[in-house]
Amino acid sequence: MWIDRIIEHDPGKRLVAIKNTSLAEDHLHDHLPATADKPAMPLMPASLIVEGMAQTAGIMVGAVNNFREKVILAKISKAEFAADILPGMTLRYTATMDRIDEAGAVTRGIVEARTNDPGLGGDVWQSIGRINLMFSHVDQNMAGLEFPEENFVFGENFKAVWGASGLVC
Amino acid sequence: MLMTKDDIFGKVGEVLEEALGCDDDEITPEASLTADLGAESIDFLDIVFRLEKTFGTAEKPFKIDQGELFPENFMDNADWVQDAKFTDAGMAMLEERMPHVDFAAFDASREVVKVGDLITVQSLVEFVSRKLEGAG
Repeated sequence: MWIDRIIEHDPGKRLVAIKNTSLAEDHLHDHLPATADKPAMPLMPASLIVEGMAQTAGIMVGAVNNFREKVILAKISKAEFAADILPGMTLRYTATMDRIDEAGAVTRGIVEARTNDPGLGGDVWQSIGRINLMFSHVDQNMAGLEFPEENFVFGENFKAVWGASGLVC
Repeated sequence: MLMTKDDIFGKVGEVLEEALGCDDDEITPEASLTADLGAESIDFLDIVFRLEKTFGTAEKPFKIDQGELFPENFMDNADWVQDAKFTDAGMAMLEERMPHVDFAAFDASREVVKVGDLITVQSLVEFVSRKLEGAG
């Protein structure tokens, strides 16, 4: 999972999750490794920040139908980043619902980071990106294709994060 | 107040710029969404969502039903499609269900794989215009 904890949920409207980055994450050692000219520069890959938002927004969308629909990320409409995310920072993903119907959903998202870096304003949340996404309710939109009965989207890891939030109605 | 076709063209253009990331100079009436502007199948759902938002109001929603802009599930119907080409009945079905599309140049080839290319910027303008007038 690319979110650690859900901290707020206004059903069908808004979901907020956080992720703590850590040097214990192996992938940060490969992104970016040291070269002959430069020391290692561990950064959270932007693609994984998008995945974190997709999970945040995807849970918000899935919860509307009590996770019965298979919610697939269909399109990244916008992804803008204004700052690098380094180990030790906390990310806060806030997803809001733009629309949802039987075909799918459109979400807007803001990514903020808390750095504790005095040079970056100290202990405050700073907006570092916007990610707008589109989701498809896959069983409704892929005419002619068959998918497994079980909901392969919302598996055990999703359920664990959802259950740990303490926000389950 | 009814919108003119120019007004609709302007708004459809904005929708396509947002949904497909294309430049405004690429958006000409003849431009095909798939062949010229690079739209993929999922983009059509995005475009439908954006058209509904752009042209709908709280008093008068602009709801586009599934299959309304582009018919679905015609491939398996042998009355409509044979040897990957539309039959006469298939062409009649298309013309009935897609009055916003100009089929004049398509009648010669009738190739199923090319039918998506017929959705042009102008056909979207026609589609919106007909719906706003209550004909669609």
